[in-house]
Amino acid sequence: MKPLREVEPGAKLALGISFFVLFFAVWAAATLGGYVSKTFLADPITMFRSGWTLLAEQGFAKDIGYTVWRVLGGFVLAAVVAVPLGVAMGAYKPIEAFFEPFVSFARYLPASAFIPLLILWAGIGEAQKLAVIFIGSFFQLVLMIAVTVGGTRRDLVEAAYTLGANDWGIVRRVLIPAAAPQVAETLRLVLGWAWTYVIVAELIGASQGIGHMITDSQALLATDQIIFGIITIGLIGLVSDLAFKRANRALFRWAAL
Amino acid sequence: MSRLSIRGVGRTFPGVNGGAATLALQPTDLDVADNDFITILGPSGCGKSTLLRIVAGLDEPTQGEVLLDGAPVRGPGAERGMVFQSYTLFPWLTVQQNICFGLREKGMPGAEQGEIAARFIAEVGLRGFENHYPKQLSGGMQQRVALARALANDPKILLLDEPFGALDNQTRALMQELLLSIWEQHRKTVLFVTHDVDEAIFMANRCVVFSARPGRIKNELAIELPYPRHYTVKTTPRFSELKAVVTEDIRAESLKTAQMEH
Repeated sequence: MKPLREVEPGAKLALGISFFVLFFAVWAAATLGGYVSKTFLADPITMFRSGWTLLAEQGFAKDIGYTVWRVLGGFVLAAVVAVPLGVAMGAYKPIEAFFEPFVSFARYLPASAFIPLLILWAGIGEAQKLAVIFIGSFFQLVLMIAVTVGGTRRDLVEAAYTLGANDWGIVRRVLIPAAAPQVAETLRLVLGWAWTYVIVAELIGASQGIGHMITDSQALLATDQIIFGIITIGLIGLVSDLAFKRANRALFRWAAL
Repeated sequence: MSRLSIRGVGRTFPGVNGGAATLALQPTDLDVADNDFITILGPSGCGKSTLLRIVAGLDEPTQGEVLLDGAPVRGPGAERGMVFQSYTLFPWLTVQQNICFGLREKGMPGAEQGEIAARFIAEVGLRGFENHYPKQLSGGMQQRVALARALANDPKILLLDEPFGALDNQTRALMQELLLSIWEQHRKTVLFVTHDVDEAIFMANRCVVFSARPGRIKNELAIELPYPRHYTVKTTPRFSELKAVVTEDIRAESLKTAQMEH
């Protein structure tokens, strides 16, 4: 091993997988070997078996569907407003001066702390869930996008001016394309955070969703189901992250050169 | 009437955090005639780039004004094309798209854009690289595209701010020959900023030597070497004489700069 030396693709995959194997092996040894009480931690085999029961008999797929839709719904709403606002703030300093202090303040407000208030305002329906995701992602997105756009290389902007671009041309043909790959990366990152908010939102006042299943299972001391729920979230997160990465690489081939 | 007229243009940068203001450029007069190839030579930090940026409209003079064909310059515009020292190709556009940037901004039809781009790609010797992205090109190739991009816009005057400064010596010499041959063909008016004596003499029909900061024009000499110039002109006695004169001028100023920094 040498610092910063790349590892071969095959070896990289093998290393990545081997940790998962190790993780499951330690878990299996601890539970099946009887070192940990079943009340606190189910073994992997029971976990997968009850996971199958959840999916096949108890309609867990529908819960997953609900959670995915909430995350995507809230996230898309936040992105639709945050991207244009972030671009405007990054491009025009007075707009940034107007919004930035409030957004900086608001992004430290924990989304989960809004849940009681949102239940009061929006009830316990879908609107409340979407609102939690929205609050959790919106302010982060705005700020990071504004910084990205504002950090566009000045010499590129100057070059565009000397080529006859007007102010709108600078925004449309320099600032936006220059920032696009980093903005896409920001979206990918914040989508990951949105997943953590949705579960919190579903722990309180929900009748469907992965978070709701987890709360129900807690009452039944069904640690196997809780763990299956958590692993499901992890897998969906992993898959959506990979898909996002792939899409970004395909869309912004120039940035990876 | 001269094409570009710089009249009493000076620039003072305000002090940072209450510090003293910096006089970067003393009031300067310079007339550039049609088809002139003028090099501005000066030690680093002498305000020569500041002057060029003011002509481009990227910086504003604290005094004086710049006239292009009699009209005062207000802000940057397509009639003053510029090539920068840093690599300023848009990394998300291909070579072809970079060259078409200004044409598209003008609203020119796509087919016409393509024709013009093809012509200038051929002229800077990059045929076959139309669909490459800037990161796939060497520094010299990137600057050739930047030159083609500026020329494709058909500016009245071409401003070059040490465009070959970041290139190695061999590439730089080739780029000078390329630029010179393009100029000999199109006779575009050129204002070229450099700190390289050979470069300043080799291409120019007039060379303007700047003093150390605060910059002012110290000397101006006509380079009467005949065009078209071959690179072998650099080894002629006349070239050496001119070089001796200019080197003496610039050396005195560089010494002043060095002393200021102590």
